[in-house]
Amino acid sequence: MEEGDKAVTSLRAAEVVMAGLFLVFGAVVMWDSQRLGAAWGSDGPQAGYFPFYIGLFIVIASGANLLQAFRMGEKGAHAFVKRGELRMVLAVLFPTVVYVALIANPWFGLGIYVASALYIAWFMWRLGGYGPVKIVPVCLGVVIFFFLMFEIWFKVPLPKGPLEAALGFS
Amino acid sequence: MTKQILSTGLLAAAVATTFSFAAPALAWEPTKNVEFIVPAGTGGGADQMARVIQSIIAKNNLMKQSMVVINKGGGAGAEGFLDVKGSKGDPHKIVITLSNLFTTPMATGVPFSWKDLTPVRMMALDQFVLWVNKENPAKTPKEFLEQMKKAGPGKTKMGGTGSKQEDQIITVAIEKQAGVKFTYIPYKGGGEVATQLVGKHVDSTVNNPIEAVAQWRAGNLRPLCVFDDTRMPYKAKVTADMSWADIPTCKESGLTTDYLMLRGIFMPGGVTADQVKYYVDLMEKVRQTPEWKKFMEDGAFNQTALTGKEYADWVASAEKLHYGLMKEAGFLAPGK
Amino acid sequence: MQEIQSLIGGFAIAMSWFNLALMFAGVTLGVLIGVLPGLGGANGVAILLPLTFTMAQQPGGATSAIILLSCIYWGALFGGAITSILFNIPGEPWSVATTFDGYPLSQQGRAGAALTAAFTSSFIGALVAVLLITFISPIIARFALKFGPPEFFAVYLLTFCAFVGMAKGAAFKTIAAMMAGFALAAVGIDTVTGQLRLTFGFMELLKGFDFLIAVIGLFGIGEILLTIEEGLEFRGAKARLNMKVVLETWKELPRYWRTSVRSSAVGCLMGIVPGGATPASFMAYGLAKRVSKDGEQFGNGKVEGVVAPETAAHAAGTSALLPMLTLGVPGSPTAAVLLGGLLIWGLQPGPLLFTEQKDFVWGLIASMYLGNIVGLIVVLTCVPLFASILRVPFSIIAPVILVICAIGAYTVHSSMFDVWLMLVFGVLGYVFKKLNYPMAPLVLALVLGDRAEDSFRQSVLGSQGDLLVFFSNPLVGTITGAALLLLFWPLLSGGWSALRKRAAT
Repeated sequence: MEEGDKAVTSLRAAEVVMAGLFLVFGAVVMWDSQRLGAAWGSDGPQAGYFPFYIGLFIVIASGANLLQAFRMGEKGAHAFVKRGELRMVLAVLFPTVVYVALIANPWFGLGIYVASALYIAWFMWRLGGYGPVKIVPVCLGVVIFFFLMFEIWFKVPLPKGPLEAALGFS
Repeated sequence: MTKQILSTGLLAAAVATTFSFAAPALAWEPTKNVEFIVPAGTGGGADQMARVIQSIIAKNNLMKQSMVVINKGGGAGAEGFLDVKGSKGDPHKIVITLSNLFTTPMATGVPFSWKDLTPVRMMALDQFVLWVNKENPAKTPKEFLEQMKKAGPGKTKMGGTGSKQEDQIITVAIEKQAGVKFTYIPYKGGGEVATQLVGKHVDSTVNNPIEAVAQWRAGNLRPLCVFDDTRMPYKAKVTADMSWADIPTCKESGLTTDYLMLRGIFMPGGVTADQVKYYVDLMEKVRQTPEWKKFMEDGAFNQTALTGKEYADWVASAEKLHYGLMKEAGFLAPGK
Repeated sequence: MQEIQSLIGGFAIAMSWFNLALMFAGVTLGVLIGVLPGLGGANGVAILLPLTFTMAQQPGGATSAIILLSCIYWGALFGGAITSILFNIPGEPWSVATTFDGYPLSQQGRAGAALTAAFTSSFIGALVAVLLITFISPIIARFALKFGPPEFFAVYLLTFCAFVGMAKGAAFKTIAAMMAGFALAAVGIDTVTGQLRLTFGFMELLKGFDFLIAVIGLFGIGEILLTIEEGLEFRGAKARLNMKVVLETWKELPRYWRTSVRSSAVGCLMGIVPGGATPASFMAYGLAKRVSKDGEQFGNGKVEGVVAPETAAHAAGTSALLPMLTLGVPGSPTAAVLLGGLLIWGLQPGPLLFTEQKDFVWGLIASMYLGNIVGLIVVLTCVPLFASILRVPFSIIAPVILVICAIGAYTVHSSMFDVWLMLVFGVLGYVFKKLNYPMAPLVLALVLGDRAEDSFRQSVLGSQGDLLVFFSNPLVGTITGAALLLLFWPLLSGGWSALRKRAAT
């Protein structure tokens, strides 16, 4: 078995975690709904009536899912995600998180245009193996197109950073 | 409450001083697109007015930069007001208000108030009219109330926009005055409410004139009275035999409820007097256009338009009025 | 026939070289807007409104102006399908149901066929709706007035019942996912009482969970993560790139005429009511899956599964203009902006518009015919172009898609919180797919949940707690009955065949 084929978690573990999350979610929904009043009042259901039973259904259904997860038998031991797969997914997910953080944050938000250019460039370089000859025109082309489309033509303001400010578009 | 009044007074005074010392020399102008926030969904009264203002400005080239209308109606308008509150010092953002400036924080406890904003100017006041379906035999408010009493409490359905907002406040005020009981049914928008009345899914509404005028002209609805202490001034015939001025006030028929809704412009807090003055002047230019005058007449608006301290005072007293009304109706959020 | 005469008059007004050029420009712009999830038809129409004021001052200009605007609307309707089919990202809410079969088709290398089917069905749906508007609009307007809260609730119930049971996978997972959708729909302010629900003091949650953000995350981002897991390429890159695919698909389409007719009817009903194009597309898909003999195969890439939702969405989108014109109630955000435009041109939408502004109304109706024909020509000629996007290497197109998703999520409420939310939904979408939690019921519950709840509570308020209100007149009784019949259909048909078997033995 190669390194990349090893399972990170089993299918059973993933099922259990997911059902558990649903269970908690349902319980939270029920708790907030009974605070609002979950009874059937004189002129129809109160604000919390439907959410309360929705929460209850979630709890029941995820309880059943939890049971089924424990009773999966053989199949439960299968890999939910293999190491090599997870590495690929994280290789995309992590930079995407950084990208979103770079768009706007309290310290050094770059704005969506600059952040997008960097993100596309990184993606093409690391995952596509492209050189700057291809990266630069693609990044600039895409970002300038979006800029024209949103800021100039359709006047939809998107988050902007220091570069746009320097160009007078803050 | 005393603290609130005190700070209101202080703010009003501050606004007054800034205005008297505003220097006209180096006038401020927008350097980029101006966002015009509408704290309500598309198609409603505030949205329509904002879009009319936007198009008047664009059509007559009143501003070098563009104005962009953005709807932020989530959470009964809280989304829009919180956005403006959070944009302290940003002169490229203005917001149009409806009564939810007062009612939403009171009813939900969401922390914002008009004191977080800078008042620019009042554009107009929106009227409320009591409407029934054309097929309803009641011709006057008195007949309508008698009909209600005969039917019994809760048997008459009043349709309105939103919950614990202006329409429901007026409904509760009528109930208290006349000793009747409506079943209030909240809908999402004014146009929808008018249509529901035409389809007889509700028995009455308190729609703004502009929301119901098309159905009135088509002979589907009948206005009973307007919730103001004087009649509307517009004498041009809207239907074959009636003008807005022919609608009696509710006071004339013994229902002393009156209620007007603010259609005013605010900016975020922390902007300079120059910047405020720019928008005051811009809106004055808008008000002078024939398009605006036609819009006012079509919607039978009350054209009171205040600026500066008078405006701030008006808003402060309106807030007090709403507090009283909401408290009486039992609409205040716990702890308010 | 007075209508035909008026319509010919309308064509005479609309048919000029200038107006035809405007149609091409409007449709092209509209397609572009429809493709990008960050822009909706409402943006395009809103931005061009001021331009049209200058146009409207010239003689005959009001018609030209409305032609330009309505063509953007048609273009956006067409464009919404493109990203759904190619990348599993619905550009507009009503193209979610198009992804169910459109995306699998594209993965099988049949993107061209899926696009052709989508565009052609859109055209047919719109055409049926325009015919309806042309000839029986007064009747329709009166029919729409019959819809009060109980009728609306019955329609939403019908949508659900048409759709449930179609999800694959474990029953409890379906329930959990659907209920989670309902719970998310309940977040925010409660329309009926004005109370805050499930916000836990977070200001970002006040505005509730937007459908589009959930969809972009669950479908778009989730799909990209899954694709990456299997290696860095899109399947379906070998899509054929010539116009022959259009003709071949056209040969196949007449087979689905029943689906087209049914979906057009569903769409027109939902547009007029106005229930909206999104529920219409879901309902049409659900019905087609139940009724079609290939129903079992839906979701694996059946052309019929693209035909059903697209026909319904366009029939609804087009007929939604009718309540706007005759009642002044906009059926969609775009219609709301158009409504604002009408007011400024000095036209008052309402029951009298058809008699007072004849030229304008018939010019508009004529432009609906022409605009859709022009639209179909434009998008069909571009089918090879769209399909060729799949040939762009994955490591270039994937980040661009993710950027588009981020922009799309941001523009819904101009809020960064929503972009983060989209990422969370993306990860959820990935995990859901791997664990076989169905996403379609979640999305449907999210889009219809609060509307269904509002209309239910409005009904019960009106009836003072009496549930029989949902059977109180023939109209609502029929719809509710049909919904319950659909819900229990599997049981009934199962019981029926068991009985027959017993009789046989």
